[in-house]
Amino acid sequence: MEVREGLYYTKEHEWIKVEGSTGIVGITDYAQEELGDIAYIDLPETGKEVKKNEKICDIESVKAVSEIYSPVSGKIIEVNSELEDSPEKINESPYDTWIVKIEIRNEKEIENLMDKKKYEEYLNTL
Amino acid sequence: MLKRTPLYSIHKKLNAKIVPFAGFEMPLSYDSILREALYTRKKVSCFDVSHMGEIEIRGKDALSFLSYLVSSDPSKMRDNHVQYAMLLNENGGIVDDLLIYKFPDRYFLVVNAVNTEKDYEFLLRHKRGDVEIYNIGEKIAQIAVQGPLSEEHLRETMDLHLSDLKFYRFKEVEYNGIPLLISRTGYTGEDGFEIYTEKASAEVIWNDVFKGEIKPAGLGARDILRLEMGYPLYGHEHSESITPIEAGLKRFLKTKDRFIGRKRILRQIKDGIEKKLIAFYTEEKGSIPRGKMKIYAEDEIGYVTSGSFSPTLGYSIGMGYVDAEFDGEEIYIEIRGKKREFKLCSLPFVKKTSLKKK
Repeated sequence: MEVREGLYYTKEHEWIKVEGSTGIVGITDYAQEELGDIAYIDLPETGKEVKKNEKICDIESVKAVSEIYSPVSGKIIEVNSELEDSPEKINESPYDTWIVKIEIRNEKEIENLMDKKKYEEYLNTL
Repeated sequence: MLKRTPLYSIHKKLNAKIVPFAGFEMPLSYDSILREALYTRKKVSCFDVSHMGEIEIRGKDALSFLSYLVSSDPSKMRDNHVQYAMLLNENGGIVDDLLIYKFPDRYFLVVNAVNTEKDYEFLLRHKRGDVEIYNIGEKIAQIAVQGPLSEEHLRETMDLHLSDLKFYRFKEVEYNGIPLLISRTGYTGEDGFEIYTEKASAEVIWNDVFKGEIKPAGLGARDILRLEMGYPLYGHEHSESITPIEAGLKRFLKTKDRFIGRKRILRQIKDGIEKKLIAFYTEEKGSIPRGKMKIYAEDEIGYVTSGSFSPTLGYSIGMGYVDAEFDGEEIYIEIRGKKREFKLCSLPFVKKTSLKKK
């Protein structure tokens, strides 16, 4: 199970990469493994405001429907429309496949997220 | 406490994702459900289906006893024949669906894992005449080898020559001193075989099957493959309150002889039914029907029993029950808060496969 350095993690298994005031969001290797084959992702519209821990969108695997939650509060400024046709990219390489980019409202929210080491410890408890 | 098949440690070694199913810890997938399904259609896969139940019926009156309780006509079977049948209750409802294997001195029934105990007790309850019933599932392991290369694969890896074995026939062979029962049957819609062996030999057989090009496939792929063929699954398309007529399986039904539930079934044939099974699809991305979702025309008319993305077809497919009088060409299913259109179609969804029906 890969956990990548330099990203922040949520208990719901999203990752966020912070670049200036932009947060790039995806789901972790653990999440894609748990979901199994991803068949569809219901990408949100750009401009949508989300709060921390609020649902960004649904993600459907062959077996189940699940939800992706936002690691931070902010405005969705870009979605990865490539995933409309090839959602399986998330399975293939979860850390290189981003889902949305969020304009971060409050940088302090990042501090409450887990780093690589803490997320690995958290995974060990599951 | 969940049970394990004799191949459990092999699944663990292969890194399978294990899930509880019908009281067993079973492999859902080893790699990707979709890739495993596609590989079965293209090449050859092996499935551990040792969770399936096996019941043996012996005795002078075995045939008449069995005939009374199933939809099919077992009197038409000769030795080494296999027959698909449904076990019926007094109201013509489907207690289970099963395969019947005919031996000179007995019948061997292969039933759904989730129903093994129920079926066994149902048979005991209806026992009459000179009949002995044995629940022997605990002793038997089953490995399904499915896919267009199945016959070739078993010849090359195990020196099993099966070209003479016809669809829905079985034979008994001895393989390195291990007795095997092999039938040309399956639940994938591809050519293939189901191999039954004693539990103690399961690992040896799996290891010999598991050579060369073959890949393991789990319950996830098995479910998609059966759905692509429109095969029913107990708890989805089948239940004790659904009759073979409603399930669209009239072709597996005898009507002449006396059998349990016959009265209601004959009435349905004469007067019609209230609900019927339909098949539908959509090419719209992300509209994946799931069991229990409601089906609408103008009003609510039914519910989904099975649905999935079909890797073979590249779009979503499903089956469900609707009011029998519905005769439209489209239905709607509410998915993520929006009603989405599906077109009706005939079964099977996947029409061309390697299945040899002769």
